[in-house]
Amino acid sequence: MLIGAGGADPAGAEPGAPPPGMVRVDAGTYTPMFDVEGAQEIPAFYLDERPVTNREYLEFVTAVPEWRRSRVPPLFADEGYLAGWVSDLEPGGAPNAPVVTVSWFASRAYCEWVGKRLPTLAEWERTAVASETEPDGRELPAFHQRILDWYGQPTPSTLAEVKSTFRNYWGAWDMHGLVWEWVADFNTALVTGESRGDAGLDRGLFCGSGSVGAADFRDYAAFMRYAFRSSLQGRYTVRNLGFRGARDVVPEEQGGK
Amino acid sequence: MQGTPWSRLIATIALFGLTATAATGQELPVEHAVLVAPPSVPPAITRTEPAKVIVDVEVKEYTARLADGVEYVFWGFGGTVPGPFIRVREGDQVEFHLKNHPDNKLPHNIDLHAVTGPGGGAASSFTAPGHSSTFSFQVLNPGVYVYHCATAPVGMHIANGMYGLIQVVPKEGLPPVDREYYVMQGEFYTEGRYGDEGLQPFALEKALAENPDYVVFNGSVGALVGDNSIRADVGEVVRLYVGNGGPNLVSSFHVIGEIFDTVWAEGGSQMNRNVQTTLVPAGGATVVEFKVEVPGTLILVDHSIFRTFNKGSLGMLAVSGDEQPAIYSGKQDDSVYLPEGQVTLTASTPDPPAALTKAERMLQGERIYNQTCFACHQANGQGIPAVFPPLVQSDYLIADIDRAISGVIYGQQGEMMVNGQKYNGLMTPQTLKDAEIANVMTFVLNSWGNTGDTITPDRVARVRKNGPLDNAFQQ
Repeated sequence: MLIGAGGADPAGAEPGAPPPGMVRVDAGTYTPMFDVEGAQEIPAFYLDERPVTNREYLEFVTAVPEWRRSRVPPLFADEGYLAGWVSDLEPGGAPNAPVVTVSWFASRAYCEWVGKRLPTLAEWERTAVASETEPDGRELPAFHQRILDWYGQPTPSTLAEVKSTFRNYWGAWDMHGLVWEWVADFNTALVTGESRGDAGLDRGLFCGSGSVGAADFRDYAAFMRYAFRSSLQGRYTVRNLGFRGARDVVPEEQGGK
Repeated sequence: MQGTPWSRLIATIALFGLTATAATGQELPVEHAVLVAPPSVPPAITRTEPAKVIVDVEVKEYTARLADGVEYVFWGFGGTVPGPFIRVREGDQVEFHLKNHPDNKLPHNIDLHAVTGPGGGAASSFTAPGHSSTFSFQVLNPGVYVYHCATAPVGMHIANGMYGLIQVVPKEGLPPVDREYYVMQGEFYTEGRYGDEGLQPFALEKALAENPDYVVFNGSVGALVGDNSIRADVGEVVRLYVGNGGPNLVSSFHVIGEIFDTVWAEGGSQMNRNVQTTLVPAGGATVVEFKVEVPGTLILVDHSIFRTFNKGSLGMLAVSGDEQPAIYSGKQDDSVYLPEGQVTLTASTPDPPAALTKAERMLQGERIYNQTCFACHQANGQGIPAVFPPLVQSDYLIADIDRAISGVIYGQQGEMMVNGQKYNGLMTPQTLKDAEIANVMTFVLNSWGNTGDTITPDRVARVRKNGPLDNAFQQ
């Protein structure tokens, strides 16, 4: 069950323990795929142990009518928003399947409603490089191949339920193999804020420059995630794009496990 | 709730402004490009003035046959590999609509080498699943150009089939020909080896090593053979638009039994004459033209030849019409040539598990046939008259099955009469295991109207033990 529905502060049951339904990812570094500045320090954070489901999203739109399909303004969600739903309050997929065809705006609003936020790209990627047993599984060829295999499979007509893929080192399920996920800063890889940035699209992700600028040119799985994110706009919805929430770890909890 | 959520969100919108579509329209007649699946090409352009041409292409990720028993998840423009042949005229204004099917997992775009502009349209056409993009360009240079997806990781998008050809017909038009076809080479990298059954995922390590399992024309093994062969009549002029999507290999394109009268070097405006084999680089194209003078089957190959006989790069152009003995006589004389020395050929490693039923032997045998025998004996065992003997209703085959088994094991050469026709060819020994030979022989003896026994591995082993016959292959 969701915690803190309605925006109440969702403090965990005991100090230092992750809130229910979330896992703790320790402080560490993350090297973005396309950033000349190199590794970033990431403080410890909490992340939902799995993507948000249809059942949970139904609670949200039940409580907050502005985000029902019939009422959402086109500015915040394209015409595909909740397109698989039977009606405003009847999800089309299984209750425990991940909610999809939600925009970035909608995902962010949901997270705020439950007292969370979307994870940052760095947080999501730091969590996603974990294998079942290692915080960084990228040196294992089988790790990449499993992810690429998913990208190479046809999209199933009905999505599987959450917790149907694998649980990684941090305890997070379904980081790969179920749905794509929104992150808070999904398109910053291409928006640089400096004059050179006008050429960012070319520099980052197309043709030869895609490998020149990459931190690890063999990490095809990350290439695909970056490419996917940069094809999006905030109002877009996609049939296999969902999200999960994150929370800061308050400073006195930052010490490590 | 903290009031309406919209007010808080408005400020964020500026970061996600919608992409404006630049359109530089003059007052031109508007037409929709005719897109047809390979190996066909659209009708010739007859107009003499520029037009605004609207091109609609949908990207699909779909599962289809890569080879017999082998499936692959292709990513294709228009749902085919290669994508549709796009034909426009020099000076045309092209309005391109790229649609990414909602069921697709990935964003896609298109880089057309016929575009003058950054990325060849790649950034302007970058499209999320379930969305579409529009961009426009003027085609300034005549020629034949590759288009491909340029979304990261580019190599993987191309390796999965995202390429095709766009032709910019020169203002002065093209000399008419009798037949035009569209052939595009590409290679595939699969987790399993060539012929391994089932749905085969993309193999990144093989792609990085540039070591493909499949090199094919038009997206699959056998896409241009048998019933799918392209065809022409004796005396006609054939023009082939030949592209190479790669992603890695350069093609040594050759047509067995023909000489290219004309090659548009690298697809451009330079004409080369009397060419046997022409290079088609990855991400490049060429046009070859030749008059077909005699009947028979011409074989399209990548003359980097192991790709042809072991990885699939083989197509056929069937030419019908009357024999032209002045140009090509066929076999006029044969005589025995027996140099000294004879190699002993040993068979190897343990056999695979024996198939249990005749039906299973047939199934496995068919796969072996299509990998090993098909190129010469043809799709339905009909062979090629006077060159490769038939296996269907073959009196020679039926008369002595063990002789045929021995031929597979030890090879065969020298004169033979099959159904009243004289053959004097050569078959090399096939490196197949006993059970595989049993299966393929069972398939041959029970296919295309043939009715015969099940051949067992034991019988093959016995024939092998007897050693080569007099007509065995000799080096």
